[in-house]
Amino acid sequence: MYETLSKFAQTWGLGLFVLMFVVAVVYALWPSNKSKFQAAAYVPLDEGEPGDE
Amino acid sequence: MSLIKKHETLERHSLALTLGILVVVAIGGIVEIAPLFYLENTIEKVEGMRPYTPLELAGRNVYIREGCYVCHSQMVRPLRDEVERYGHYSLAAESMYDHPFQWGSKRTGPDLARVGGKYSDTWHVDHLKKPQSMVPESVMPPYAFLADNTLHYETIGDHLKALRFEGVPYTDDMIESAAADLLAQADPNSDYDAQDALVARYGDASGREGTVRIADYDGNPEKVTELDALVAYLQMVGTLVDFSTYEADDLDNRR
Amino acid sequence: MGVHAWMFLGLVVVGLLALALWAGSLNGRDPFDQTVYEDTIVKFGVAISMFWGIAGFLVGLIIALQLAFPNIFYFEQLGWTNFGRLRPLHTSAVIFAFGGNVLIATSFYVVQRTCRTRLAGGMWPWFVFWGYNLFIAIAGTGYLMGVTQSKEYAEPEWYADLWLTIVWVAYLLVFLGTIWKRKEPHIYVANWFYLSFIVTIAMLHIVNNLTLPVSLTGSKSYQLFGGVQDALTQWWYGHNAVGFFLTTGFLAIMYYFIPKRVNRPVYSYRLSIVHFWSLIFIYIWAGPHHLHYTALPQWAQTLGMTFSVMLWMPSWGGMINGVMTLSGAWDRLRTDPVVRMMVVALAFYGMSTFEGPLMSVRAVNALSHYTEWGIAHVHSGSMGWVGFISFGALYCATQWLWKRPSLYSLKLVEWHFWLATIGILFYIVAMYFAGILEGLMWRAYNEYGFLEYSFVETVEAKHISYMIRALGGSLYLTGALIMAYNLVRTALGHGAAAEGARPANAPAAATLQPAE
Repeated sequence: MYETLSKFAQTWGLGLFVLMFVVAVVYALWPSNKSKFQAAAYVPLDEGEPGDE
Repeated sequence: MSLIKKHETLERHSLALTLGILVVVAIGGIVEIAPLFYLENTIEKVEGMRPYTPLELAGRNVYIREGCYVCHSQMVRPLRDEVERYGHYSLAAESMYDHPFQWGSKRTGPDLARVGGKYSDTWHVDHLKKPQSMVPESVMPPYAFLADNTLHYETIGDHLKALRFEGVPYTDDMIESAAADLLAQADPNSDYDAQDALVARYGDASGREGTVRIADYDGNPEKVTELDALVAYLQMVGTLVDFSTYEADDLDNRR
Repeated sequence: MGVHAWMFLGLVVVGLLALALWAGSLNGRDPFDQTVYEDTIVKFGVAISMFWGIAGFLVGLIIALQLAFPNIFYFEQLGWTNFGRLRPLHTSAVIFAFGGNVLIATSFYVVQRTCRTRLAGGMWPWFVFWGYNLFIAIAGTGYLMGVTQSKEYAEPEWYADLWLTIVWVAYLLVFLGTIWKRKEPHIYVANWFYLSFIVTIAMLHIVNNLTLPVSLTGSKSYQLFGGVQDALTQWWYGHNAVGFFLTTGFLAIMYYFIPKRVNRPVYSYRLSIVHFWSLIFIYIWAGPHHLHYTALPQWAQTLGMTFSVMLWMPSWGGMINGVMTLSGAWDRLRTDPVVRMMVVALAFYGMSTFEGPLMSVRAVNALSHYTEWGIAHVHSGSMGWVGFISFGALYCATQWLWKRPSLYSLKLVEWHFWLATIGILFYIVAMYFAGILEGLMWRAYNEYGFLEYSFVETVEAKHISYMIRALGGSLYLTGALIMAYNLVRTALGHGAAAEGARPANAPAAATLQPAE
């Protein structure tokens, strides 16, 4: 049981984690997301009133 | 229409975020904790472990109530100096009936995993009442009030019942006679039949002779106090396992 | 438990009465006007955070003095003031009462402004606020009465835990509800961090507090898990309370309050996304490093150690992101002590997140575990990182909530900053010294191959360190008292906080400085 589990963790498990990390990095660096993030970064700065778009 | 639709996607977006967080943080716990429950080699096979007697359990509850765990660990690590200072390193089996565990995280005072039998009852009583009377440099608080507090043991059977529900092997017999067993263990002059019954019940569970000790722990025959219970607990901590039969190199005990 | 039942009942009655009085005095005014932010609750949160902070620091000072002068600060007649009962009071007061209220208050402040909408749920935010503080009161009085399940940072018994679960679900729904009705398309990253804090703490709290009460009328319960399983569950909880209560929650503060205070967007929004996911993913695995060399199976220890070392990277990524937000506005470090406080918080964060992975290596842990080194580590993290970032947020929030041009006195902030910084340094240097000293003494052998020191000799050797630690703690407490005074005067609009006073540290003022 232990051998099977650890084997799985050290191969497929590890691969899955690497994949998840790559997905997060790609999402963060995807060129078309750039303007979205730029806008988001300024969210705290212009406070406005409730309802402002 | 389009506005409603947009709103819907936003809602799903934040729910997706919440679920994503939940999945990501759940993985680690599941992978690490779940196997401990079914991997057979988590807990070693040893001889001598038995559930706490009612008096010891009551004492353990005083230990918990007073927060002893914030300064005393109960976990000897397999390092040369610790084994020499405290005794055989702790096994997982030794705390398998501990709900909750008391391994601790800080040694402002010494480790207590092997304190059982190291000192006399009188030493413990004097030390608990005023630690500095036995160890002048000690920074431990005084617990003299435990000697005055009458032990409330009326519902101790219910405590055993709750623990049995959680997997501690208390028998019907043990639960029924819990209060009687508690009184018998704290008073060497009590009914000998009651004493024999106590020793039989818990001695059999342990499979070893001499794991149940009967004494007037606090030296006050007038009443059963919280100090009786606490000293009874301290005097049995770490004494149950028969290490002469424990084989650390056995494959079953490799972890 | 009887006391708690009456306390609970009494407070519920008081709460309902207050609610009725408040509803009666509305006179047709809409109490949930959607065109303004709900700020009253945040003001309450700021005030109560300051109160619990001082209470928690005070109890910390008392127990530090107990260890330094046991003959003076223990009372035989007052068993409930012993170290074993007061230490959980200290840890819970600073983590859950102070830290928790700071997080709830700032999360309510931030989520409204970054979503451009009023808090959702009408009265429910108030239920969260009072419900949470009722939990604190039940937990704290319980410790003094000896009601504890002895799991570190999860000491409250089953009925307090059940109550907190209800409050926490309400908190999650208020927070999510506000995000749902937001007018801003993107969910700002600070809200991600707050959300991970709320969701994960819910999971940790429920799993670690699975317990069976002996009877429904008594406080005593027995943990469902026992022995090694209980130990790992506890430290999975304990470590992630640090990760998701004391780290991601306060990183959310960093991601809002530092950019807002220096009037610059966060250094790299992309980095913040990577920071977020890698941090929460890796953190959750690191718990077993609290159980090195114990009876926990070795594969679990190794897993915990590996992830702990990996944790260093995302932690520093976050720190760099926070500090670099100041790039182009470095002068604010000199002119605005509030900014300096938050940046020093990040420095302490960087220090303890470097030290943490180091201590999680088994060989280092063999020396550091069970010693004062651990105490030094947690206090550089809690006093330095959590404390300073909270102080910074409270200074900002007070000035902004009461709409003051400036704080009452920046000079007093300077005093607070330096007293607290020197206090932390005294504290941690003393404890690092004591910890390494006792760790080495425990394992020292003499020339004949016997252990060189008895245990009590190592206790004696720490006496001076204990005194210096208490001194450091009292400086830190003094700083907090000065802060409380400053906040009250700011709220009242005195000194530089008065209407029309020249703003000493408004963002515009920085740009008006004459060229060199």
